Amino acid sequence: MNKRWFGILSPVVLWLCFFMMVPMIAVVGVSFLSRDTVGNLVWTFNISNYTRFFDPLYLGIYWDTIWLSVLTTLLCLLLSYPLAYYITTAGPRTQKWMLIGVTVPFWINFLIRTYAWVLILRTQGLVNMGLEQLGMISEPMQLLYTKGAVLLGMVYTFIPYMVLPIYVSLEQMDKRQLEAASDLGASRWSAFWRVTLPQTKSGIMTGGVLVFVTTTGMFVITDILGGAKSQMLSNIIQNQFLSARDWPFGAALSVIFMISSLIIIWLFNRALRSKYESAKEARA
Amino acid sequence: MKSNTLNRKNPLLSIHSFLMMAFIYIPVIVIIVYSFNDSRLSMSWEGFTFDWYLSLLDNRNVMEALKNSLIIALTSTIVSTVLGTMAAIAMRKLMSKSKGAIAGLLYMPIVVPDIIMGLSLLVLFSQLGLDLGKTTVIIAHITFSISYVYVIVSSRMANMGNQLEEAASDLGATQWETFRYVVLPSIWPGVIAGALIAFTLSIDDFLISFFVAGPNSSTLPIYIYSSVKRGISPEINALCTIMILVSVALIILAQWLLNRGNREEKKTSMLPF
Repeated sequence: MNKRWFGILSPVVLWLCFFMMVPMIAVVGVSFLSRDTVGNLVWTFNISNYTRFFDPLYLGIYWDTIWLSVLTTLLCLLLSYPLAYYITTAGPRTQKWMLIGVTVPFWINFLIRTYAWVLILRTQGLVNMGLEQLGMISEPMQLLYTKGAVLLGMVYTFIPYMVLPIYVSLEQMDKRQLEAASDLGASRWSAFWRVTLPQTKSGIMTGGVLVFVTTTGMFVITDILGGAKSQMLSNIIQNQFLSARDWPFGAALSVIFMISSLIIIWLFNRALRSKYESAKEARA
Repeated sequence: MKSNTLNRKNPLLSIHSFLMMAFIYIPVIVIIVYSFNDSRLSMSWEGFTFDWYLSLLDNRNVMEALKNSLIIALTSTIVSTVLGTMAAIAMRKLMSKSKGAIAGLLYMPIVVPDIIMGLSLLVLFSQLGLDLGKTTVIIAHITFSISYVYVIVSSRMANMGNQLEEAASDLGATQWETFRYVVLPSIWPGVIAGALIAFTLSIDDFLISFFVAGPNSSTLPIYIYSSVKRGISPEINALCTIMILVSVALIILAQWLLNRGNREEKKTSMLPF
Protein backbone atom coordinates (compact mmCIF):
# COMPACT_ATOMS: atom_id res chain seq x y z
CA MET A 1 0.00 0.00 0.00
CA ASN A 2 2.73 2.42 1.01
CA LYS A 3 4.54 1.70 -2.23
CA ARG A 4 1.76 3.33 -4.24
CA TRP A 5 1.85 6.50 -2.09
CA PHE A 6 5.62 6.71 -2.38
CA GLY A 7 5.15 6.40 -6.14
CA ILE A 8 2.71 9.32 -6.18
CA LEU A 9 4.99 11.37 -3.95
CA SER A 10 8.18 10.70 -5.89
CA PRO A 11 7.83 13.47 -8.55
CA VAL A 12 7.30 16.11 -5.84
CA VAL A 13 10.09 14.77 -3.66
CA LEU A 14 12.48 14.62 -6.61
CA TRP A 15 11.49 18.13 -7.73
CA LEU A 16 12.04 19.64 -4.29
CA CYS A 17 15.31 17.76 -3.77
CA PHE A 18 16.65 18.95 -7.08
CA PHE A 19 15.40 22.55 -7.02
CA MET A 20 15.47 23.22 -3.27
CA MET A 21 17.96 21.00 -1.43
CA VAL A 22 20.65 20.69 -4.10
CA PRO A 23 20.85 24.46 -4.80
CA MET A 24 21.15 25.26 -1.10
CA ILE A 25 23.92 22.72 -0.66
CA ALA A 26 25.57 24.16 -3.78
CA VAL A 27 25.54 27.63 -2.17
CA VAL A 28 27.40 26.26 0.85
CA GLY A 29 29.87 24.66 -1.56
CA VAL A 30 30.35 27.84 -3.59
CA SER A 31 31.09 29.79 -0.40
CA PHE A 32 34.40 27.87 -0.12
CA LEU A 33 35.48 28.53 -3.73
CA SER A 34 37.12 31.58 -5.25
CA ARG A 35 36.57 33.47 -8.48
CA ASP A 36 38.68 34.77 -11.32
CA THR A 37 38.74 38.35 -12.58
CA VAL A 38 35.65 37.94 -14.81
CA GLY A 39 33.65 36.37 -12.00
CA ASN A 40 33.86 32.71 -13.02
CA LEU A 41 34.10 30.21 -10.20
CA VAL A 42 37.53 28.74 -9.54
CA TRP A 43 37.56 25.34 -7.92
CA THR A 44 40.06 25.86 -5.14
CA PHE A 45 39.06 25.37 -1.54
CA ASN A 46 39.57 28.37 0.73
CA ILE A 47 37.89 30.11 3.63
CA SER A 48 38.89 33.66 2.70
CA ASN A 49 35.24 34.49 1.89
CA TYR A 50 34.41 33.97 5.53
CA THR A 51 37.44 35.78 6.92
CA ARG A 52 36.56 38.74 4.67
CA PHE A 53 33.28 39.07 6.58
CA PHE A 54 35.27 40.18 9.65
CA ASP A 55 36.34 43.32 7.83
CA PRO A 56 34.98 46.26 9.94
CA LEU A 57 32.96 47.42 6.91
CA TYR A 58 30.95 44.19 6.70
CA LEU A 59 30.74 43.70 10.46
CA GLY A 60 29.30 47.22 10.69
CA ILE A 61 26.69 46.42 8.04
CA TYR A 62 25.89 43.18 9.82
CA TRP A 63 25.26 44.99 13.11
CA ASP A 64 23.17 47.66 11.35
CA THR A 65 21.07 44.85 9.88
CA ILE A 66 20.57 43.11 13.22
CA TRP A 67 19.78 46.42 14.90
CA LEU A 68 17.21 47.35 12.24
CA SER A 69 15.61 43.92 12.53
CA VAL A 70 15.43 44.18 16.33
CA LEU A 71 13.89 47.67 16.16
CA THR A 72 11.38 46.56 13.50
CA THR A 73 10.38 43.52 15.55
CA LEU A 74 9.91 45.54 18.76
CA LEU A 75 7.93 48.31 17.06
CA CYS A 76 5.74 45.76 15.27
CA LEU A 77 5.08 44.04 18.59
CA LEU A 78 4.22 47.28 20.42
CA LEU A 79 1.87 48.40 17.64
CA SER A 80 0.32 45.01 16.87
CA TYR A 81 -0.42 43.64 20.33
CA PRO A 82 -3.12 46.21 21.20
CA LEU A 83 -4.64 45.77 17.73
CA ALA A 84 -4.74 41.97 18.06
CA TYR A 85 -6.23 42.40 21.54
CA TYR A 86 -8.90 44.72 20.20
CA ILE A 87 -9.77 42.27 17.40
CA THR A 88 -10.11 39.40 19.90
CA THR A 89 -12.48 41.36 22.11
CA ALA A 90 -14.61 42.81 19.30
CA GLY A 91 -18.02 41.45 18.36
CA PRO A 92 -18.11 38.63 15.79
CA ARG A 93 -18.89 40.87 12.82
CA THR A 94 -16.24 43.48 13.58
CA GLN A 95 -13.83 40.67 14.35
CA LYS A 96 -14.38 39.05 10.97
CA TRP A 97 -13.97 42.29 9.04
CA MET A 98 -10.90 43.41 10.96
CA LEU A 99 -9.28 40.03 10.40
CA ILE A 100 -9.89 40.35 6.69
CA GLY A 101 -8.53 43.89 6.99
CA VAL A 102 -5.18 42.75 8.39
CA THR A 103 -5.01 39.75 6.04
CA VAL A 104 -5.54 41.53 2.72
CA PRO A 105 -2.16 43.36 2.85
CA PHE A 106 -0.46 39.94 2.76
CA TRP A 107 -1.72 39.62 -0.77
CA ILE A 108 -0.81 43.06 -2.00
CA ASN A 109 2.65 42.98 -3.50
CA PHE A 110 5.09 44.37 -0.92
CA LEU A 111 6.94 46.13 -3.73
CA ILE A 112 3.77 48.13 -4.42
CA ARG A 113 3.20 48.78 -0.72
CA THR A 114 6.77 50.06 -0.41
CA TYR A 115 6.41 52.22 -3.51
CA ALA A 116 3.36 53.89 -1.92
CA TRP A 117 5.69 55.35 0.72
CA VAL A 118 7.78 56.95 -2.01
CA LEU A 119 4.67 58.88 -3.07
CA ILE A 120 4.07 59.92 0.51
CA LEU A 121 7.61 60.72 1.68
CA ARG A 122 9.51 62.19 -1.28
CA THR A 123 10.35 65.90 -1.34
CA GLN A 124 7.32 66.73 -3.52
CA GLY A 125 5.33 64.02 -1.73
CA LEU A 126 2.11 64.13 0.23
CA VAL A 127 3.60 64.88 3.65
CA ASN A 128 5.83 67.72 2.47
CA MET A 129 3.06 69.17 0.31
CA GLY A 130 0.58 69.06 3.17
CA LEU A 131 2.93 70.62 5.70
CA GLU A 132 3.91 73.35 3.26
CA GLN A 133 0.31 74.24 2.56
CA LEU A 134 -0.36 74.42 6.28
CA GLY A 135 2.59 76.79 6.52
CA MET A 136 4.41 74.58 9.02
CA ILE A 137 7.55 74.29 6.90
CA SER A 138 9.01 76.56 4.23
CA GLU A 139 11.46 74.06 2.73
CA PRO A 140 10.57 70.43 2.03
CA MET A 141 12.13 68.00 4.51
CA GLN A 142 14.30 65.08 3.45
CA LEU A 143 12.14 62.15 4.51
CA LEU A 144 12.87 59.63 1.79
CA TYR A 145 16.29 57.92 1.63
CA THR A 146 16.74 58.05 5.39
CA LYS A 147 17.07 55.31 8.01
CA GLY A 148 13.73 56.41 9.42
CA ALA A 149 12.05 55.77 6.08
CA VAL A 150 13.52 52.25 5.96
CA LEU A 151 12.30 51.52 9.49
CA LEU A 152 8.85 52.87 8.65
CA GLY A 153 8.68 50.73 5.49
CA MET A 154 9.75 47.61 7.38
CA VAL A 155 7.27 48.12 10.24
CA TYR A 156 4.53 48.87 7.73
CA THR A 157 5.22 45.72 5.73
CA PHE A 158 5.47 43.36 8.68
CA ILE A 159 2.66 44.47 11.01
CA PRO A 160 0.24 41.84 9.62
CA TYR A 161 2.87 39.14 10.29
CA MET A 162 2.77 40.09 13.96
CA VAL A 163 -0.97 40.71 14.40
CA LEU A 164 -2.14 37.30 13.16
CA PRO A 165 -0.02 35.01 15.41
CA ILE A 166 -0.82 37.17 18.47
CA TYR A 167 -4.50 37.11 17.56
CA VAL A 168 -4.42 33.30 17.30
CA SER A 169 -2.81 32.91 20.73
CA LEU A 170 -5.21 35.41 22.34
CA GLU A 171 -8.12 33.56 20.79
CA GLN A 172 -6.89 30.19 22.15
CA MET A 173 -6.35 31.54 25.65
CA ASP A 174 -8.49 30.16 28.44
CA LYS A 175 -10.57 33.20 29.31
CA ARG A 176 -11.89 31.70 32.53
CA GLN A 177 -8.49 32.36 34.06
CA LEU A 178 -9.15 36.09 33.66
CA GLU A 179 -12.42 35.74 35.54
CA ALA A 180 -10.60 33.79 38.21
CA ALA A 181 -7.96 36.52 38.43
CA SER A 182 -10.57 39.23 38.79
CA ASP A 183 -12.55 37.18 41.34
CA LEU A 184 -9.35 36.87 43.33
CA GLY A 185 -9.04 40.66 43.33
CA ALA A 186 -6.48 41.25 40.57
CA SER A 187 -6.74 44.61 38.84
CA ARG A 188 -7.17 44.58 35.06
CA TRP A 189 -3.56 45.59 34.59
CA SER A 190 -2.19 42.96 36.88
CA ALA A 191 -4.44 40.33 35.25
CA PHE A 192 -3.06 41.39 31.87
CA TRP A 193 0.58 41.25 32.98
CA ARG A 194 0.31 38.04 34.95
CA VAL A 195 -2.27 36.04 33.00
CA THR A 196 -2.80 37.30 29.45
CA LEU A 197 0.73 38.26 28.49
CA PRO A 198 2.42 35.02 29.63
CA GLN A 199 -0.25 32.95 27.89
CA THR A 200 0.22 34.69 24.57
CA LYS A 201 3.97 34.26 24.65
CA SER A 202 3.89 31.68 21.87
CA GLY A 203 2.09 34.10 19.54
CA ILE A 204 4.57 36.85 20.35
CA MET A 205 7.47 34.49 19.67
CA THR A 206 6.06 33.22 16.38
CA GLY A 207 5.39 36.76 15.19
CA GLY A 208 8.80 37.86 16.42
CA VAL A 209 10.70 35.17 14.54
CA LEU A 210 8.65 35.76 11.40
CA VAL A 211 9.26 39.52 11.43
CA PHE A 212 12.91 39.29 12.45
CA VAL A 213 13.99 36.73 9.89
CA THR A 214 12.00 38.26 7.04
CA THR A 215 13.27 41.79 7.79
CA THR A 216 16.85 40.59 7.58
CA GLY A 217 16.30 39.24 4.05
CA MET A 218 14.40 42.21 2.66
CA PHE A 219 16.72 44.15 0.35
CA VAL A 220 13.94 45.81 -1.65
CA ILE A 221 12.71 48.05 1.15
CA THR A 222 16.20 49.36 1.99
CA ASP A 223 16.83 49.73 -1.73
CA ILE A 224 13.72 51.78 -2.50
CA LEU A 225 13.27 53.78 0.72
CA GLY A 226 16.87 53.97 1.96
CA GLY A 227 18.65 54.80 -1.26
CA ALA A 228 22.32 53.99 -1.68
CA LYS A 229 23.26 55.14 1.82
CA SER A 230 21.61 52.47 3.91
CA GLN A 231 23.03 49.09 2.99
CA MET A 232 21.88 45.97 4.75
CA LEU A 233 23.30 42.46 4.67
CA SER A 234 20.73 41.43 2.07
CA ASN A 235 21.68 44.39 -0.18
CA ILE A 236 25.31 43.26 -0.08
CA ILE A 237 24.33 39.66 -0.87
CA GLN A 238 22.11 40.75 -3.76
CA ASN A 239 24.89 42.99 -5.05
CA GLN A 240 27.51 40.21 -4.93
CA PHE A 241 25.29 37.94 -7.00
CA LEU A 242 23.82 40.36 -9.52
CA SER A 243 26.34 43.19 -9.99
CA ALA A 244 29.74 42.53 -8.45
CA ARG A 245 29.69 38.91 -9.60
CA ASP A 246 31.59 37.71 -6.57
CA TRP A 247 29.48 34.64 -5.97
CA PRO A 248 31.76 32.94 -3.43
CA PHE A 249 31.64 35.97 -1.13
CA GLY A 250 27.88 36.38 -1.68
CA ALA A 251 27.42 32.68 -0.89
CA ALA A 252 29.47 33.00 2.29
CA LEU A 253 27.34 35.98 3.40
CA SER A 254 24.18 33.94 2.65
CA VAL A 255 25.46 31.06 4.77
CA ILE A 256 26.18 33.53 7.59
CA PHE A 257 22.67 34.94 7.15
CA MET A 258 21.07 31.47 7.31
CA ILE A 259 23.11 30.45 10.34
CA SER A 260 22.24 33.62 12.26
CA SER A 261 18.54 33.12 11.39
CA LEU A 262 18.69 29.55 12.70
CA ILE A 263 20.40 30.70 15.91
CA ILE A 264 17.70 33.31 16.45
CA ILE A 265 14.90 30.78 15.88
CA TRP A 266 16.64 28.39 18.27
CA LEU A 267 17.02 31.10 20.94
CA PHE A 268 13.36 32.07 20.62
CA ASN A 269 12.31 28.44 20.92
CA ARG A 270 14.48 27.91 23.95
CA ALA A 271 13.13 31.00 25.68
CA LEU A 272 9.61 29.78 24.97
CA ARG A 273 10.25 26.26 26.20
CA SER A 274 12.02 27.27 29.39
CA LYS A 275 9.08 29.50 30.31
CA TYR A 276 6.62 26.73 29.54
CA GLU A 277 8.54 24.16 31.56
CA SER A 278 8.98 26.41 34.57
CA ALA A 279 5.22 26.99 34.49
CA LYS A 280 4.65 23.23 34.46
CA GLU A 281 7.01 22.73 37.37
CA ALA A 282 5.29 25.45 39.34
CA ARG A 283 2.00 23.64 38.88
CA ALA A 284 3.41 20.29 40.00
CA MET B 1 -19.40 33.70 25.25
CA LYS B 2 -16.78 36.27 26.05
CA SER B 3 -15.86 36.97 29.62
CA ASN B 4 -16.58 40.42 31.03
CA THR B 5 -12.99 41.05 31.91
CA LEU B 6 -11.96 40.80 28.28
CA ASN B 7 -14.95 42.59 26.94
CA ARG B 8 -14.74 45.89 28.78
CA LYS B 9 -13.86 48.40 26.08
CA ASN B 10 -11.01 50.77 26.51
CA PRO B 11 -11.40 53.91 24.34
CA LEU B 12 -7.62 54.21 23.87
CA LEU B 13 -7.59 50.70 22.47
CA SER B 14 -10.31 51.54 19.97
CA ILE B 15 -8.51 54.69 18.83
CA HIS B 16 -5.24 52.80 18.45
CA SER B 17 -6.90 50.08 16.38
CA PHE B 18 -8.62 52.61 14.17
CA LEU B 19 -5.31 54.43 13.56
CA MET B 20 -3.56 51.15 12.81
CA MET B 21 -6.12 50.17 10.20
CA ALA B 22 -5.75 53.64 8.68
CA PHE B 23 -1.95 53.22 8.71
CA ILE B 24 -2.29 49.88 6.90
CA TYR B 25 -4.63 51.18 4.21
CA ILE B 26 -3.75 54.84 3.57
CA PRO B 27 -0.67 54.09 1.40
CA VAL B 28 -2.69 51.66 -0.70
CA ILE B 29 -5.48 54.23 -1.10
CA VAL B 30 -2.92 56.90 -2.04
CA ILE B 31 -1.70 54.79 -4.98
CA ILE B 32 -5.23 54.09 -6.18
CA VAL B 33 -6.33 57.73 -5.90
CA TYR B 34 -3.25 59.11 -7.66
CA SER B 35 -3.60 56.66 -10.53
CA PHE B 36 -6.57 58.83 -11.54
CA ASN B 37 -4.87 62.21 -11.03
CA ASP B 38 -4.58 64.33 -14.17
CA SER B 39 -1.03 65.50 -13.49
CA ARG B 40 2.21 63.87 -14.48
CA LEU B 41 4.46 65.14 -11.71
CA SER B 42 2.56 67.06 -9.06
CA MET B 43 0.86 65.47 -6.09
CA SER B 44 -1.81 68.17 -6.02
CA TRP B 45 -5.14 67.05 -7.42
CA GLU B 46 -5.62 68.27 -11.01
CA GLY B 47 -8.79 66.42 -11.84
CA PHE B 48 -9.91 62.91 -12.71
CA THR B 49 -8.47 61.08 -15.68
CA PHE B 50 -8.37 57.58 -17.06
CA ASP B 51 -5.42 58.38 -19.35
CA TRP B 52 -2.74 56.53 -17.36
CA TYR B 53 -4.63 53.28 -17.74
CA LEU B 54 -4.98 53.84 -21.47
CA SER B 55 -1.31 54.73 -21.90
CA LEU B 56 -0.39 51.39 -20.26
CA LEU B 57 -1.94 49.70 -23.28
CA ASP B 58 0.44 51.57 -25.60
CA ASN B 59 3.50 50.82 -23.49
CA ARG B 60 5.32 47.95 -25.22
CA ASN B 61 7.45 47.12 -22.16
CA VAL B 62 4.37 46.78 -19.97
CA MET B 63 2.59 44.59 -22.49
CA GLU B 64 5.68 42.40 -22.88
CA ALA B 65 6.00 42.06 -19.08
CA LEU B 66 2.28 41.27 -18.82
CA LYS B 67 2.62 38.55 -21.45
CA ASN B 68 5.63 37.05 -19.63
CA SER B 69 3.87 37.21 -16.27
CA LEU B 70 0.79 35.44 -17.62
CA ILE B 71 2.75 32.69 -19.39
CA ILE B 72 4.84 32.08 -16.27
CA ALA B 73 1.88 32.19 -13.89
CA LEU B 74 -0.34 29.88 -15.97
CA THR B 75 2.36 27.26 -16.57
CA SER B 76 3.65 27.24 -13.01
CA THR B 77 0.09 27.13 -11.62
CA ILE B 78 -0.87 24.08 -13.66
CA VAL B 79 2.26 22.10 -12.79
CA SER B 80 2.37 23.06 -9.12
CA THR B 81 -1.35 22.40 -8.61
CA VAL B 82 -1.01 18.87 -9.99
CA LEU B 83 2.16 18.13 -8.01
CA GLY B 84 0.96 19.78 -4.79
CA THR B 85 -2.40 17.98 -4.90
CA MET B 86 -0.71 14.63 -5.54
CA ALA B 87 1.54 15.28 -2.56
CA ALA B 88 -1.41 16.17 -0.31
CA ILE B 89 -3.37 13.04 -1.31
CA ALA B 90 -0.40 10.72 -0.85
CA MET B 91 0.77 12.29 2.43
CA ARG B 92 -2.66 11.75 3.98
CA LYS B 93 -2.41 8.01 3.41
CA LEU B 94 1.31 7.46 3.86
CA MET B 95 2.33 5.50 6.95
CA SER B 96 6.09 5.54 7.05
CA LYS B 97 9.00 6.66 9.15
CA SER B 98 10.11 8.99 6.36
CA LYS B 99 6.81 10.90 6.49
CA GLY B 100 8.28 13.57 8.79
CA ALA B 101 11.26 14.13 6.51
CA ILE B 102 9.02 14.44 3.43
CA ALA B 103 6.76 16.91 5.27
CA GLY B 104 9.87 18.93 6.15
CA LEU B 105 10.89 18.98 2.51
CA LEU B 106 7.40 20.09 1.47
CA TYR B 107 7.50 23.02 3.92
CA MET B 108 11.01 24.09 2.98
CA PRO B 109 10.08 26.60 0.23
CA ILE B 110 7.75 28.38 2.69
CA VAL B 111 10.38 28.51 5.44
CA VAL B 112 13.52 29.39 3.47
CA PRO B 113 13.83 33.18 2.93
CA ASP B 114 13.06 34.23 -0.67
CA ILE B 115 16.45 35.82 -1.24
CA ILE B 116 18.22 32.55 -0.37
CA MET B 117 15.90 30.57 -2.63
CA GLY B 118 16.45 33.00 -5.49
CA LEU B 119 20.24 33.07 -5.31
CA SER B 120 20.61 29.34 -4.78
CA LEU B 121 18.49 28.65 -7.89
CA LEU B 122 20.65 31.15 -9.78
CA VAL B 123 23.73 29.14 -8.74
CA LEU B 124 22.06 25.88 -9.83
CA PHE B 125 20.92 27.18 -13.22
CA SER B 126 24.31 28.65 -14.04
CA GLN B 127 26.10 25.43 -13.08
CA LEU B 128 23.68 23.47 -15.26
CA GLY B 129 24.43 25.87 -18.09
CA LEU B 130 20.76 26.89 -18.42
CA ASP B 131 20.19 30.35 -19.89
CA LEU B 132 18.09 32.57 -17.67
CA GLY B 133 14.67 33.16 -19.19
CA LYS B 134 11.02 32.26 -18.80
CA THR B 135 11.83 28.58 -18.22
CA THR B 136 14.03 29.28 -15.21
CA VAL B 137 11.41 31.61 -13.71
CA ILE B 138 8.72 28.96 -14.27
CA ILE B 139 10.84 26.31 -12.51
CA ALA B 140 11.41 28.66 -9.56
CA HIS B 141 7.71 29.51 -9.28
CA ILE B 142 6.67 25.86 -9.46
CA THR B 143 9.10 25.13 -6.61
CA PHE B 144 7.55 27.57 -4.15
CA SER B 145 3.95 27.13 -5.32
CA ILE B 146 4.00 23.34 -4.73
CA SER B 147 4.27 23.99 -0.98
CA TYR B 148 1.36 26.41 -0.84
CA VAL B 149 -0.91 24.15 -2.90
CA TYR B 150 0.08 21.24 -0.67
CA VAL B 151 -0.72 23.18 2.53
CA ILE B 152 -4.09 24.38 1.23
CA VAL B 153 -5.27 21.06 -0.18
CA SER B 154 -4.11 19.26 2.99
CA SER B 155 -6.00 21.68 5.20
CA ARG B 156 -9.09 21.06 3.09
CA MET B 157 -8.66 17.29 3.51
CA ALA B 158 -8.13 17.56 7.26
CA ASN B 159 -11.89 18.00 7.71
CA MET B 160 -12.65 14.97 5.57
CA GLY B 161 -13.35 11.63 7.25
CA ASN B 162 -12.52 8.21 5.84
CA GLN B 163 -16.14 6.99 5.99
CA LEU B 164 -17.15 7.96 2.46
CA GLU B 165 -14.12 6.30 0.90
CA GLU B 166 -14.67 3.16 2.98
CA ALA B 167 -18.34 3.09 2.04
CA ALA B 168 -17.46 3.45 -1.63
CA SER B 169 -15.00 0.59 -1.58
CA ASP B 170 -17.42 -1.57 0.48
CA LEU B 171 -19.95 -0.99 -2.29
CA GLY B 172 -17.46 -2.34 -4.78
CA ALA B 173 -15.89 0.80 -6.23
CA THR B 174 -12.37 0.35 -7.56
CA GLN B 175 -9.65 2.59 -6.15
CA TRP B 176 -9.74 4.75 -9.24
CA GLU B 177 -13.53 5.08 -9.03
CA THR B 178 -13.29 5.96 -5.34
CA PHE B 179 -10.74 8.62 -6.15
CA ARG B 180 -12.62 9.96 -9.18
CA TYR B 181 -16.14 10.03 -7.69
CA VAL B 182 -15.55 10.44 -3.95
CA VAL B 183 -12.18 11.98 -3.11
CA LEU B 184 -11.78 14.37 -6.02
CA PRO B 185 -15.21 16.06 -5.76
CA SER B 186 -14.72 16.73 -2.06
CA ILE B 187 -11.21 18.19 -2.38
CA TRP B 188 -12.00 20.09 -5.58
CA PRO B 189 -12.67 23.49 -3.93
CA GLY B 190 -9.34 23.16 -2.10
CA VAL B 191 -7.54 22.35 -5.36
CA ILE B 192 -9.04 25.37 -7.12
CA ALA B 193 -8.25 27.60 -4.14
CA GLY B 194 -4.68 26.28 -4.17
CA ALA B 195 -4.41 27.02 -7.88
CA LEU B 196 -5.68 30.58 -7.38
CA ILE B 197 -3.12 31.14 -4.62
CA ALA B 198 -0.33 29.69 -6.77
CA PHE B 199 -1.37 32.02 -9.59
CA THR B 200 -1.43 35.05 -7.28
CA LEU B 201 1.95 34.19 -5.75
CA SER B 202 3.45 33.81 -9.21
CA ILE B 203 2.02 37.08 -10.57
CA ASP B 204 3.18 38.92 -7.42
CA ASP B 205 6.61 37.38 -6.94
CA PHE B 206 9.49 39.79 -7.22
CA LEU B 207 12.42 38.60 -5.10
CA ILE B 208 12.89 35.15 -6.60
CA SER B 209 12.13 36.18 -10.20
CA PHE B 210 14.64 39.02 -9.85
CA PHE B 211 17.45 36.47 -9.45
CA VAL B 212 16.42 33.96 -12.10
CA ALA B 213 14.86 36.13 -14.84
CA GLY B 214 16.88 36.91 -17.95
CA PRO B 215 16.94 40.17 -19.93
CA ASN B 216 13.95 39.14 -22.07
CA SER B 217 11.81 37.61 -19.37
CA SER B 218 10.94 40.62 -17.20
CA THR B 219 7.71 40.11 -15.28
CA LEU B 220 5.33 42.87 -14.11
CA PRO B 221 6.90 43.17 -10.63
CA ILE B 222 10.38 43.37 -12.18
CA TYR B 223 9.12 46.08 -14.52
CA ILE B 224 7.61 47.97 -11.57
CA TYR B 225 10.85 47.68 -9.60
CA SER B 226 13.03 49.05 -12.39
CA SER B 227 10.58 51.93 -13.03
CA VAL B 228 10.39 52.80 -9.34
CA LYS B 229 14.19 52.94 -9.23
CA ARG B 230 14.04 55.52 -12.04
CA GLY B 231 11.40 57.67 -10.34
CA ILE B 232 7.66 57.84 -9.93
CA SER B 233 5.17 57.97 -12.77
CA PRO B 234 1.38 57.94 -12.94
CA GLU B 235 1.44 54.90 -15.26
CA ILE B 236 3.09 52.95 -12.47
CA ASN B 237 0.30 54.04 -10.11
CA ALA B 238 -2.21 52.71 -12.62
CA LEU B 239 -0.34 49.43 -13.08
CA CYS B 240 -0.02 48.99 -9.30
CA THR B 241 -3.74 49.66 -8.88
CA ILE B 242 -4.59 46.96 -11.40
CA MET B 243 -2.27 44.49 -9.67
CA ILE B 244 -3.74 45.29 -6.25
CA LEU B 245 -7.28 44.75 -7.51
CA VAL B 246 -6.43 41.51 -9.32
CA SER B 247 -4.60 39.98 -6.31
CA VAL B 248 -7.33 40.96 -3.87
CA ALA B 249 -10.07 39.61 -6.17
CA LEU B 250 -8.25 36.28 -6.63
CA ILE B 251 -7.71 35.90 -2.90
CA ILE B 252 -11.32 36.68 -2.05
CA LEU B 253 -12.37 34.04 -4.57
CA ALA B 254 -9.96 31.48 -3.08
CA GLN B 255 -11.17 32.28 0.43
CA TRP B 256 -14.79 31.93 -0.61
CA LEU B 257 -14.09 28.55 -2.22
CA LEU B 258 -12.31 27.30 0.90
CA ASN B 259 -15.12 28.35 3.25
CA ARG B 260 -17.93 27.07 1.09
CA GLY B 261 -18.86 23.60 2.22
CA ASN B 262 -16.96 23.90 5.49
CA ARG B 263 -20.32 24.20 7.20
CA GLU B 264 -19.40 22.47 10.45
CA GLU B 265 -16.68 24.99 10.93
CA LYS B 266 -18.37 28.22 11.88
CA LYS B 267 -15.16 30.20 12.01
CA THR B 268 -13.83 31.58 8.80
CA SER B 269 -10.49 30.03 8.11
CA MET B 270 -8.15 32.85 7.24
CA LEU B 271 -5.75 32.17 4.43
CA PRO B 272 -2.25 33.04 5.59
CA PHE B 273 -2.05 29.86 7.58
